[in-house]
Amino acid sequence: MKTNLHRRDVVNALLADRDDLMVIAGLGSTAWDITAAGDHDLSFPLWGAMGSAAMIGLGLALAKPRRRVLVITGDGEMLMGLGSLATIGVQKPANLSVIVIDNERYGETGMQETHTASGVDLTLVAKGAGFRQARLVTDRKGVDGLHRMVHGEAGPNFAQVKVVAEKIPLVLPPREGALLKARFRRALIGPAADAL
Amino acid sequence: MKAKTVVDWPLDLHKVLTETGVRQVAYVPDAGHKRLIELCRADKKMRAVVLTTEEEGLGLVMGAWLGGEKSAVLMQSSGVGNVINTLGTIKECRFPLLMLITMRGDEGEFNPWQVPMGQATQTVLEAMGVIVKRIGTAEEAGPVASAAARLAYNSYAAVAVLISQRLIGIKSFQDQASR
Repeated sequence: MKTNLHRRDVVNALLADRDDLMVIAGLGSTAWDITAAGDHDLSFPLWGAMGSAAMIGLGLALAKPRRRVLVITGDGEMLMGLGSLATIGVQKPANLSVIVIDNERYGETGMQETHTASGVDLTLVAKGAGFRQARLVTDRKGVDGLHRMVHGEAGPNFAQVKVVAEKIPLVLPPREGALLKARFRRALIGPAADAL
Repeated sequence: MKAKTVVDWPLDLHKVLTETGVRQVAYVPDAGHKRLIELCRADKKMRAVVLTTEEEGLGLVMGAWLGGEKSAVLMQSSGVGNVINTLGTIKECRFPLLMLITMRGDEGEFNPWQVPMGQATQTVLEAMGVIVKRIGTAEEAGPVASAAARLAYNSYAAVAVLISQRLIGIKSFQDQASR
């Protein structure tokens, strides 16, 4: 699908003035994208569990209903967890947004085409699963609207952002899983995180 | 002769979840867990989250813990086959995990297609570093589950409790369908 959006520009725009937004990023390029935007204690970039990003976002959104949660993931990662869209549709968390950065490629394995390259419509899947809103975004104006959606509009929200398929330098987050978990909990809960 | 007391083991398991402070309960509909699922769904202090596949439950557990909430996953032993890769992330990040698993393909199984996964369940879990405890009788359910929950949350460990098919007592397809 035609687009002139670049993934890092999109993610930078979504995370601008992020305040206390909590961010889960799926395995692969989106984990590097959120790190390129600035590593943050309230970011949980995944190095594994492909297909789980949206469900981690759901568990977090249910645990902290007064805080905003954003899942940023790729089309390949989302395709591996399509059922989780249905599960989110049942729970209907108002504070959760899921945004798929869709380059129609598996970026980490050699840029092979994903199902979205053949026209599989994730926005329609999210609509059918019961998301409150589901948008297809292909231009900068649409990206500006997504910032408002993520930070304030009642969800569950979904967006599929078509981006240019490009190989760009990796910007890696910390690799140690227990560290990523512990820093997130301390930033969110404070010292009580260690006593739970 | 002393009258035989019937132990309400799903109620005992629900009590353990309450005492543990579990707030999110993920489940895939299951005949063996039918009553426990109903108890959790009726409990206003718990959010019962129905899944399309068991690995979603492990994602939910991770997110809940990041947000400061305890959780549990209810599944059948066949579901263990669906969570193996995700267990790797649970282990690497040291997320506490409590799984209550009803056995199939074990004692008195009527469906031969359940047997391979049922027989491999404990081995597969242990290969992924999960601590496995077994409940063989209704009387054991509460104490074993309670110890497992404390192990999971005191040690940041992944713990599975395998509930014997003897407790579930389903003998045929007709029997299962009638429940």
